[in-house]
Amino acid sequence: MARYLHSFVLFLALIWLIPGLAAPAHAADDDLRAKIDALASGGFSQTAKQIQDLAATGDDRVVPALQALLAGKLYFKKAGKQVFITEKASGGYALTDPLTGESAGTLARGALKKIRVNNRLRRELKAALGNLTLLSKVTAVRLKAAEAVFKSQDPDTLEALVSAISKETDDGVKKVLEQAHAAVLLKTDAAEADKIAALAVIEDRGDRDALSVVIATAAQAEGALKAAAEKTATSIRQNLELWGAAQNIWYGLSLGSVLLLAAIGLAITFGVMGVINMAHGEMVMIGAYVTFMVQEVIRTSMPGLFEYSLLISVPLAFLVAGAIGMAVERCIIRFLYGRPLETLLATWGLSLALQQAVRTIFGPSNREVGTPDYMSGAFELGHLTITYNRLWIIVFSLVVLFALMAVLKKTPLGLQMRAVTQNRRMAGAMGIRTNWVDAVTFGLGSGIAGIAGVALSQIDNVSPNLGQSYIIDSFMVVVFGGVGNLWGTLVGAMTLGVANKFLEPYAGAVLGKVLVLVFIILFIQKRPRGLFALKGRAIES
Amino acid sequence: MMTMKFIQGGFDRRAVVFLGLLFLIAAVVSFLNLAMEPGSTFHVSSYTVALIGKYLCYALLALSVDLVWGFCGVLSLGHAAFFALGGYAMGMYLMRQIGTRGVYGDPVLPDFMVFLNWKELPWFWYGFDQFWFAALMVLAVPGVLAFVFGWFAFRSRVTGVYLSIITQALTFALMLAFFRNDMGFGGNNGLTDFKDILGFDVQADSTRVGLLIASAVALAIGFIICKALVNSKFGKVLIAVRDAESRTRFLGYRPENYKLLVWTLSAMMAGVAGALYVPQVGIINPSEFTPANSIEAVIWVAVGGRGTLVGATIGAVLVNFGKTLFTGILPEFWLFALGGLFIAVTLFLPKGIMGAIDGYMAKRKAAKDSGPEAQPQEGD
Repeated sequence: MARYLHSFVLFLALIWLIPGLAAPAHAADDDLRAKIDALASGGFSQTAKQIQDLAATGDDRVVPALQALLAGKLYFKKAGKQVFITEKASGGYALTDPLTGESAGTLARGALKKIRVNNRLRRELKAALGNLTLLSKVTAVRLKAAEAVFKSQDPDTLEALVSAISKETDDGVKKVLEQAHAAVLLKTDAAEADKIAALAVIEDRGDRDALSVVIATAAQAEGALKAAAEKTATSIRQNLELWGAAQNIWYGLSLGSVLLLAAIGLAITFGVMGVINMAHGEMVMIGAYVTFMVQEVIRTSMPGLFEYSLLISVPLAFLVAGAIGMAVERCIIRFLYGRPLETLLATWGLSLALQQAVRTIFGPSNREVGTPDYMSGAFELGHLTITYNRLWIIVFSLVVLFALMAVLKKTPLGLQMRAVTQNRRMAGAMGIRTNWVDAVTFGLGSGIAGIAGVALSQIDNVSPNLGQSYIIDSFMVVVFGGVGNLWGTLVGAMTLGVANKFLEPYAGAVLGKVLVLVFIILFIQKRPRGLFALKGRAIES
Repeated sequence: MMTMKFIQGGFDRRAVVFLGLLFLIAAVVSFLNLAMEPGSTFHVSSYTVALIGKYLCYALLALSVDLVWGFCGVLSLGHAAFFALGGYAMGMYLMRQIGTRGVYGDPVLPDFMVFLNWKELPWFWYGFDQFWFAALMVLAVPGVLAFVFGWFAFRSRVTGVYLSIITQALTFALMLAFFRNDMGFGGNNGLTDFKDILGFDVQADSTRVGLLIASAVALAIGFIICKALVNSKFGKVLIAVRDAESRTRFLGYRPENYKLLVWTLSAMMAGVAGALYVPQVGIINPSEFTPANSIEAVIWVAVGGRGTLVGATIGAVLVNFGKTLFTGILPEFWLFALGGLFIAVTLFLPKGIMGAIDGYMAKRKAAKDSGPEAQPQEGD
């Protein structure tokens, strides 16, 4: 019996203990809430003490309440004196719980009362907030807080900054903290030598925020400090201009790679064969729709392969667009050799029909093409933001270009192609099946357009009009670079891309494009055969 | 004396038949619209009048394309630009005529400028309240643009496909530019809500008939000029330039001057076509500049028969009639039909309808005479 009793007591004790084990967390929660609710009562001096109490907990969760108090958004219910963060809404105020951030309904204006703050309290609050966030356990929060202090340059945070710098272990955060400290120091009445030293720390940062801090200092300071600040500002400005130019070049190369991809196929059909293929853009569009179909199949039957969808799409798009291209060559274009203007009209008609066909099958709206993980996201390089999809497209366009060059220069097929384009009858006499070579060449050009479509599906809307937006640009690239020269296509695409991006800030995106077009029109007048013209002695081709 | 001879050179039997037919259509349609009661079986609705007027404008555009492509070998993919510029010049006149009747009631500024918060009229809008000035600009703006463009292009001997592509780039660039609001031409929406022209209400039946007749007259004058031009000695040189430019140059002619003159004339004709088009459709916006429009104009010429003048106008009317029919019945198949038309005409009907008729006639004649078959002239 005694043993039973013993066990029972133990059991009771255990039951007693279980909530006890969970209690500390709960208690802390209740404790915090009590401390926040306490803000509802008492005058300014009491509120100051309550704020210090809250700051002393060192718990990030009180930050929203303090921020709301600073912004004048902390109210309490007249009945029960419960404190809430409020936001103006129709029919009164929308309430949010200050601790959990959960919505707590809306209340009429009359049922609430604002917790008022004065300047002394505001200072108190800022210091408390600075301490809380600058000393947070999470690195990202500390970094964000340091950046915020750098931007606000609030002199009240100086002490908090000094203590935070001494405790900081992360190098990156420490650097930002020091920059923030320097920025704040410039606002205080510290010694001139300290301020000049602070300028050097800020110069290191070198971005627009740094520039505005330095300019503000230069405007207020006198003597040596003013001179130093102005010198720093110039140096930061130069630095920024340099990065701005780098950014433009990067965007330009990115645009150039897109143009290059769209134009490479055309460099074959137009540049090598001399066929004006106005349906080239539609081959690009077909490539993009092949990507869409591949992803659709993967999504429904084998979701695990999604990351490889683009890799699967590339050969498929090549085959589909290439096959269509060969069919077009056999059925239409071969009857029109030697009549370039008629070819232009027939292929334009073809492009209209292909667009309408795609519109009938897939509908006129944009189709969603997903992005695999390795294509999404970005990384920072100095002051540049480089997105992975743009980077991959640049790499991809160069790979395609060099692969095509290798095919033309190193394979028997390429040899035959060059032979047929240079002297068709002689090539035929040497036993080359010129008809077959024509079909394959056109198929190759169309297939490469299809591959371009796979890449463009990642950065452009996949719609029946996708091709149309590229056709004029592609012709411009080929004509500008010089017909029949792949290096010319590369240089042409990159030049036009970079020129476009450098004109944009001055002239706007549309006018920049117009200027580039006008430039090309004038350029063609000057050098009708393009940048890298093939040398020949014929008076007319 | 010289002029009369120049014009008379243009009149062969086909030209007379064409002009007679044109006159007949304009007269009959006007009469049936104005004189017949709306309920009558013979009444022609105002919609039809505007439609036929529109076709006649397209025919004039086709004529201008045929003049440069058919007789000079310059395939322009940018004639829509000249057409639209003429249209904009007329549109600006019509905008200024609205006066205080606009939504914002500003006596000088068109609505879109008030909307954009502009305080005064841009300089290039000055003078467009006068019809004579607008009419001059309808000819001058496309003419000057074509002259400058042609001066550079023909002198540096840009020919063939290259020329086609840069004309296309020209109209594309203009389209992008006109889409911008800051250009001062109404941006995306273009110019619309016209009230009256020369004091007549644009919507009224009598004005529509008047515009139809004006279009017919313009087409007739354009046709006579073209016909006279190509049948003159000048026209013979032009055809020589088309067929063998280098050989013509070696014979001592300056092909670029011939091309430049015809190119500029053609652009001005396209401008007139655009100017007559705008009051009949009631709007002009930047989409008129799309390269697709220019290429469509080329296919009208190809369908009718390149280098025949009459054929170009017939092609324009036929294709647009087909477009009206198709877009009414099977809208989604119009592009298939148009695309198919492009391919079919280039593959099976390289000389167009008129060329096919001529070929058939020549064959019959040859069979009758059982003499050697007359070879029709080869184009490139």
